[in-house]
Amino acid sequence: MNSPMVIYEDEFKQMADVCERLRMDANAKAVFLIDKNGQLILTTGKHEHLDTTALASLTAGNIAATDGLAKLIGEREFSILFHEGERDSLHISLVASQIILVVMFGDETSVGLVRLRVRKATDELVKIVQSLLDKTQNPGANSPFAEISDDDLDILFS
Amino acid sequence: MSFINYASREINCKIVYYGPGLCGKTTNLQYIYAKTNPDAKGKMISLATETDRTLFFDFLPLALGTIRGFKTRFHLYTVPGQVFYDASRKLILKGVDGVVFVADSQIDRLEANIESLDNLRSNLAEQGYDLDKLPYVIQYNKRDLPNVTPLEELQELLNPNKVPEFNAVAPTGEGVFETLKAVAKLVLTELRKGS
Repeated sequence: MNSPMVIYEDEFKQMADVCERLRMDANAKAVFLIDKNGQLILTTGKHEHLDTTALASLTAGNIAATDGLAKLIGEREFSILFHEGERDSLHISLVASQIILVVMFGDETSVGLVRLRVRKATDELVKIVQSLLDKTQNPGANSPFAEISDDDLDILFS
Repeated sequence: MSFINYASREINCKIVYYGPGLCGKTTNLQYIYAKTNPDAKGKMISLATETDRTLFFDFLPLALGTIRGFKTRFHLYTVPGQVFYDASRKLILKGVDGVVFVADSQIDRLEANIESLDNLRSNLAEQGYDLDKLPYVIQYNKRDLPNVTPLEELQELLNPNKVPEFNAVAPTGEGVFETLKAVAKLVLTELRKGS
């Protein structure tokens, strides 16, 4: 029930490659992958000026609220959100109902192109996410916390 | 549901502050934010109404340090306490690793505490969580006020299972970090067990 979401290096690299390709193909400024609970998984592109932790948390809150609205009217989910700004816009979509894909883009591109490229990237990401979930459910998966001692915990709070 | 990223070597956990309206959940986070080293905290986000009542949630990311080479971070959330925001409370509990129940010690808020605790239990159950199996601590806030319920009565009504409990006066910080440390330690201990 409360098993952690684990991201391994292989899948991380694969997802980062897909996101970077998406960013370039869509001519977008930045791409973010976020866990549905609001944890940032990875970012690509220009985002130095952005508080990405807050972006992740707010996006997850946004998706959660939209999910709630969908269920309220009898829909399974609203899989795409689009926020249009004067300068930058956000295209937010769900991957395998587990992970949130955020594309930030300006007027160098169009929402149509972003949407098209997102669809292609999503197909690739779904496979990677599935392999991650399979690994996480495998009881052989080790947490780095398996061997932490009381002293390790105390040091954090000293 | 904690989050472990082997690629960036970090581990993130989610702690939710729950309790009736105006019990001091946001004040807990504000105090933690004010007293934490700038290197160890991110921006605090408050989605509040114009009258400063929590509308959706407050959010505060905290970096605790490194365990076995993994950067350990806690994401603190509050829920909106007012009764009619129940749909939002349920959303915020998703993926929770640890819970702090902030009780308002004032006599006239006793019913509201009991109702909020019942609401916490049932909202968790809806998501498949059992409060008795989650890392969970209680904070009796506002102990400085004159009209407070005796501690023994609060303990009997709100903490029959004797989870760790703390007296607090959130605006002055009394009990705030003690509460946070206790729940954070329980979360990490649980992770160790769970692995």
